[in-house]
Amino acid sequence: MIKTDALIIGAGPTGLFTAHQLKLIGLDCEVVDNLDKIGGQCIELYPDKPIYDIPAVPECTGKELTNNLINQLKPFDIKFHLNERVEEVKKENDNWLVKTNNGTSFSTPNVIIAGGVGSFEPRRFSPKECEKFENKSLFYSVKDKKIFKGKTVSIFGGGDSALDWAIELSKECSVNLIHRRDEFRGAKATIDKMHQFAKNEKINLFTQYQMSFVKGDQNLESIDIKNDNNEIKNLKTDYVLGFFGLIMQLGPIANWGLNIDKKTIEVDTEKFETNQKGIYAVGDICNYPGKLKLILSGFHEGALAARACFKLARPNEKYRFEFTTSSKTIKERLGVKSD
Amino acid sequence: MAKITYITHDNNKHVIEVQNGLTVMEGAVQNDIPGIDADCGGGMACATCHVYVKEDWFNKLPKKEDGEEDMLDMAFEPKTNSRLSCQIIVSDETDGLEVNIPSKQA
Repeated sequence: MIKTDALIIGAGPTGLFTAHQLKLIGLDCEVVDNLDKIGGQCIELYPDKPIYDIPAVPECTGKELTNNLINQLKPFDIKFHLNERVEEVKKENDNWLVKTNNGTSFSTPNVIIAGGVGSFEPRRFSPKECEKFENKSLFYSVKDKKIFKGKTVSIFGGGDSALDWAIELSKECSVNLIHRRDEFRGAKATIDKMHQFAKNEKINLFTQYQMSFVKGDQNLESIDIKNDNNEIKNLKTDYVLGFFGLIMQLGPIANWGLNIDKKTIEVDTEKFETNQKGIYAVGDICNYPGKLKLILSGFHEGALAARACFKLARPNEKYRFEFTTSSKTIKERLGVKSD
Repeated sequence: MAKITYITHDNNKHVIEVQNGLTVMEGAVQNDIPGIDADCGGGMACATCHVYVKEDWFNKLPKKEDGEEDMLDMAFEPKTNSRLSCQIIVSDETDGLEVNIPSKQA
């Protein structure tokens, strides 16, 4: 059981800056995120797209913003729990007991939800029957490529993940690559290579087709793919891989007893606290009259939520407002010299 | 102003007057039309405002940009008449447009 003054759910820009604010005022915190990397939507949805409305930063990409926020956290020792999704938040005496899907548990007076639009999860195939084979013979990521050796693998998708795996697996497997249109959106060199492999019959390429049905009892036997003219082809296959990117799902947050409307959590604008004492929501996931879904709003919300955390984490102390330019204590925390 | 008809998966018709300059996505979100999530807020980064546009209208609308077709690869059950509603801007020319909302966005 990890004890901390505040637990932040979400390592996007708002979560990162909230961590900074907590550390500045002398509180500990840890951060949990379902993605395998820090940065949230900035890193997952638009790493290379320029952002023009971060105060005092005329232009930066999602990736640059993330890197700068990480650099800003360098003076502090903050533990990140990546690849973990918070499943359960339960009241235990005065604290919140928080559990992740990996079995990590926290006890904390303060939980700050900086969860964007929820956690990122793979987009799945639409036919319902696909669920039955999920994680057995149908996957949305590759953990161990050895299981495919000598087998037939049908790969769906038109981006780099689909292309890279089609090329890689074609060395030791029979590969079908299926995509809904003729154009692929991967790196040019990879697309060229894939077409070369298709020409040499190392990859069986099916464009303008999509998944229509999966067949098999215990084991996957074959799949039907369908084109826009409703023509169906049946492909024998041992495994199916789908690479359609990630989608945000509110997920377990919906079960924590919070006031949720249209995937956002109602908060007050003094502490950004939810209807549950000690649970706050900041950034895109919170809602209040006048809410703007801007990164800069998340920074403001995080700064105020952090101050609210102080009261519950240090009930016997009084929070004193200080500026980073002049406070000796803050400078010590930052590890910089005082004048 | 243009009249936009949103037809949900269960065949409910919602006829909405949408201001020129807004997107078809914004018209839906502001009027609580179910089935358009628009998670990324119109940044062409999520494919959760996916709609099907009736054939005759599909060809009348300004063409898709490259990024839109790429995002549609990610959409739930994309078809040849699929569009991202955040990329369709409402104007006098789109008065009468009908869009069908898929059964889900993800």
